[in-house]
Amino acid sequence: MEQCVHLEFEVAGNNFAQAGLASDQVKSTLKKLGIDPQDIRRVAIAMYEGEINMVIHANGGRAYVDIFVDKICINLIDQGKGIENIELAMTPGYSTAPDDVRALGFGAGMGLPNMKKYTDVFNIESEVGKGTKVEMEIHFR
Amino acid sequence: MKIREILNLLGGKILCEGVSLDRDVYSACASDMMSDVLAFVKDQAVLITGLCNPQVIRTAEMMDMVCVVFVRGKVPDQTMIDLAQEKGITLIASPHRMFAACGLLYSAGLRA
Ligand SMILES: Nc1ncnc2c1ncn2[C@@H]1O[C@H](COP(=O)(O)OP(=O)(O)OP(=O)(O)O)[C@@H](O)[C@H]1O
Ligand SMILES: [Mg+2]
Repeated sequence: MEQCVHLEFEVAGNNFAQAGLASDQVKSTLKKLGIDPQDIRRVAIAMYEGEINMVIHANGGRAYVDIFVDKICINLIDQGKGIENIELAMTPGYSTAPDDVRALGFGAGMGLPNMKKYTDVFNIESEVGKGTKVEMEIHFR
Repeated sequence: MKIREILNLLGGKILCEGVSLDRDVYSACASDMMSDVLAFVKDQAVLITGLCNPQVIRTAEMMDMVCVVFVRGKVPDQTMIDLAQEKGITLIASPHRMFAACGLLYSAGLRA
């Protein structure tokens, strides 16, 4: 399938105020491409949750985004502490976020379940001490 | 109801008018946890929250919401106000606490 746009973002780990910038830019790009607003919202939410996770759990990472005519592929790669039990991490309500993160409005343990819910393809690989890779696809309807 | 009505019902103060006060809104969502807000997409137009940081505006933006109400007298800083203006989001600060604010809006016809 014909590729339209490739985007890459550095997501800073220590900058909570700037978190969401990459998702925001992907959102504007999709808007310019004339993608359906419902599809854009699914992309925005899934990517934003992933971006926030890299900020609060992994001290930052990188986002690779490929937009095609009929879908978007998002890869989020970090060299953070990794996830010991992915199945457990995927459980709604499970969170290891400390109190200071909760005070910022995150740590409900809903991020990964949300990402899975809004995407058509969702894969997560992680190694403790090495990092985490989240691969998502959203197919435009 | 119009955003203007929310402002009046909540005895609120307008912080920025990213979208017109005459904009009609029908549904709202209230939470201090942003992932809870992001979990239910139902075309909610209004976010009511006691949380006050830039991620509130980002969350509203990702959800295509047009109005954020800060309860308990929370007032966002200029960076947040500028971001909301840029994203077309109207910000309101209300002295009410969350429970009262939600009750007032629900009684007036705003739904989940
Ligand atoms: N990139 C990551 N690196 C390391 N651990 C992660 C990463 N992403 C998620 N986790 C782990 O998985 C858990 C669940 O993630 P999830 O996004 O579902 O919830 P949360 O981030 O804790 O809260 P919320 O997303 O609701 O704000 C996290 O608490 C954390 O322990
Ligand atoms: Mg999360």
